[in-house]
Amino acid sequence: MNHKILSYIHQESPIHRLTGAAKLIGFILWSLIAMITYDTRILVVMFILGIMIFLSSKVEFRYISFVFYIFLLFLFINNIAIFLFEPMQGVEMYHTKHEILHIIGHYTLTAEQLFYQFNLTLKYLTIIPLALLFMVTTHPSEFAASLNKIGVSYRIAYAVALALRYIPDIQRDYQNISLAQQARGIDLSKKQKLTKKLRYASSILMPLIFLSLNRIETISAAIELRGFGSQKRRSWYHERPFTKEDYLAIMLIILLFVFSMIITFLDGNRFYNPFR
Amino acid sequence: MRKPVIEFTNFSFHYRTQSSPTLSGINLTIYEGEKILIIGPSGSGKSTLGHCINGLVPFFYPGEISGSLKIFGKETKKESIFKLSSMVGTVLQDPDAQFIGLTAAEDIAFKLENQFVPQEELFESVNRVADLVDMKEHLESTPQDLSGGQKQRVTLAGSMIDDVNILLFDEPLANLDPATGKIAIELIDRIHKQTGKTTIIIEHRLEDVLHGEVDRIVIIDEGCILADLTPNELLSSNLLIDTGIREPLYLTALRYAGCTITPMLKPKSLKTLNIEVNKTKLHAWYESVGYAEKKQKNDVLLELKNIHFGYSKTKEIIKDVSFKINKGELLSLIGKNGAGKSTLAKLICGFYLPTAGEILYEGENLIEQSIKERGDHIGFVLQNPNQMISQNFIFDEVALGLKFRGVADKEIKDKVFHALKICGLYELRNWPISALSFGQKKRVTIASVLVLGPKLILLDEPTAGQDYKHYNEIMEFLWNLNQQGITIIMITHDMHLMLEYTNRAIVISEGQKIREDEPANILADEDVIRLANLKETSLYQLANKADFFDQRDFVKRFIHFDRRTRQL
Repeated sequence: MNHKILSYIHQESPIHRLTGAAKLIGFILWSLIAMITYDTRILVVMFILGIMIFLSSKVEFRYISFVFYIFLLFLFINNIAIFLFEPMQGVEMYHTKHEILHIIGHYTLTAEQLFYQFNLTLKYLTIIPLALLFMVTTHPSEFAASLNKIGVSYRIAYAVALALRYIPDIQRDYQNISLAQQARGIDLSKKQKLTKKLRYASSILMPLIFLSLNRIETISAAIELRGFGSQKRRSWYHERPFTKEDYLAIMLIILLFVFSMIITFLDGNRFYNPFR
Repeated sequence: MRKPVIEFTNFSFHYRTQSSPTLSGINLTIYEGEKILIIGPSGSGKSTLGHCINGLVPFFYPGEISGSLKIFGKETKKESIFKLSSMVGTVLQDPDAQFIGLTAAEDIAFKLENQFVPQEELFESVNRVADLVDMKEHLESTPQDLSGGQKQRVTLAGSMIDDVNILLFDEPLANLDPATGKIAIELIDRIHKQTGKTTIIIEHRLEDVLHGEVDRIVIIDEGCILADLTPNELLSSNLLIDTGIREPLYLTALRYAGCTITPMLKPKSLKTLNIEVNKTKLHAWYESVGYAEKKQKNDVLLELKNIHFGYSKTKEIIKDVSFKINKGELLSLIGKNGAGKSTLAKLICGFYLPTAGEILYEGENLIEQSIKERGDHIGFVLQNPNQMISQNFIFDEVALGLKFRGVADKEIKDKVFHALKICGLYELRNWPISALSFGQKKRVTIASVLVLGPKLILLDEPTAGQDYKHYNEIMEFLWNLNQQGITIIMITHDMHLMLEYTNRAIVISEGQKIREDEPANILADEDVIRLANLKETSLYQLANKADFFDQRDFVKRFIHFDRRTRQL
């Protein structure tokens, strides 16, 4: 219980040394490339790069393994669902049809569909490890400062920090309320009918909501008493100034972005087509 | 000439949401460098008075102001909350909710961050004030890693980081265990002496605050200032009894002994109190009051046998705890925050399963039973009634557990009425819960647990944050409930509650049971007091000072006499 899933882990590595803002900019551009392009060559390169970046951070895989496996499971289900709902998507996209295996009715496995879903999976696999890495290598307080630095209003940025701060407290409230209500006879196990379960859930949620509203009142009073919102700008205790490494990292990612976009759109569309 | 820093002149305030004014006709001047205690029962308006000084009134809680309030010569209603916060630093009651930062350092820096102070200055200032409150070692700690007392220190550092001239503490003791509360008062005292800042403390725990120095005490009752006196003058008057604030216990003992308390005796603390003149009277009183040991039946209701518990195998939170609870007992479970008291309660209720050991209820092993099944034998009442109440009307709230169990409507009605009668709520059964006081809500939650027919009720801090009147109301109710045969276990920090109401106490420290005895004996054991962050009550010190040979016996006789006197 002591180690919270996906919380910041302090370590010494080039990735940890980068400021939160640099990582955030890098991650946004990286995700943009992966979302826009369907060029398998770029995706493969990024996938390998992603693994290398992950390794260089010295973050042990076991810290994120749980979330990662859950994500893999979702990816698997997602792939099956795509095939069930859109078995001919690949054919439509690549304008050719190489049948591999006829299954049943209009369900035919084609090389195009496989390739399309392979690309899709690769996109996820380039983004997810870095998203997880961003979370475990960025101190939550620095995260708010980073959001502010890239132009998000400090009120919104601080709201994010406050959410991170109070989530454990609310979880604890929830647990206490839920246990006390279970002692009074609420049964939230799977045996219950859904309608009953919803009615039961309200007897936990109502106190939780009122308690949280009270907490919000105290927090708002406390932050006003300490001058939150009095100025147009605020400074951040945990903000770190940009170093050479940060500029270098951002330049590299911009280069990667431009380069990927050129290659992607060179032949007129987003899709790399090996079937032509 | 002393320089006035806070001046109320014919000041009144009326919250927009209230039907009548909360403060009326306040005239009060506080001078530079003074240390003032503002006391009053719950709902007297003392917190509102504090809000007026820090600007929460009228800028956060809107309402109608008449008359004038000047801070450093400036009319507050023409200023802003930000302007006022640069003159007044506030520490609110709840150390948890007001801890805003993800780490201690950020929380301390928060006020300066908002003033857009450059980062290097932030580091410097944070180090300086963290040093002042002894928190320099914990700057990178998260709120989850800090104790209540430490969080409060962080907040104090954060509120004085920009050199405010006035420090305002709104019920600083409400959420702290006794020893931590004592340290907090000492810290406030030290900072007042070191910095000379004008200090205002709002509290109803008078005796605990008087552990430190106070220049003046202001009593607020029903929105008006009832008195503005030095501690010695106030304690010699009858004003405290009239307003329902508990006077220091050593003074109650002196009054029982027929002594007249005058400012000449210097009653403001036991250290200054002149006991010599009243010693004979006190000894005579001691000889005159008898006291009978209550006989306990040893009929075991609940037994814990070698209970172990931990989230992981390497770190045990509960280590080999065994004890028995007899039928009809009123027992307290004490120890410092985080010692494992709540965990033990949760183990008894089945919220957690022990890693080893047995829990027997009337000889039957409870381990196999689900939370719900145990709910029929053992009721659990959370500290804050708002954590349990989910219905709008009293009847529905009390009936909820029975409805979950699928009991027939007719039977529900009978059982609920019965529980409401026991809890003195029958006349209110159709009231909306929102119209009830804190104590009444507490009774609703107890009724809603009682209705399931448990023989044992566990209460987590039943009187935390309550003034003397509500404390009395809740405790007398629990005592009556106990007289009707319900066994009660209370988790508490209140040493006098333990002495006054419970016949036995179990002390937990670092997950182990370190003592199990009559409360009066526990508070005579210095080792236990130190290990469990307890505090002996001033009655022991009084007995010591007046040369009583058996201090425990003195305390027992006092409690016995006091209970009889108050019940008349």
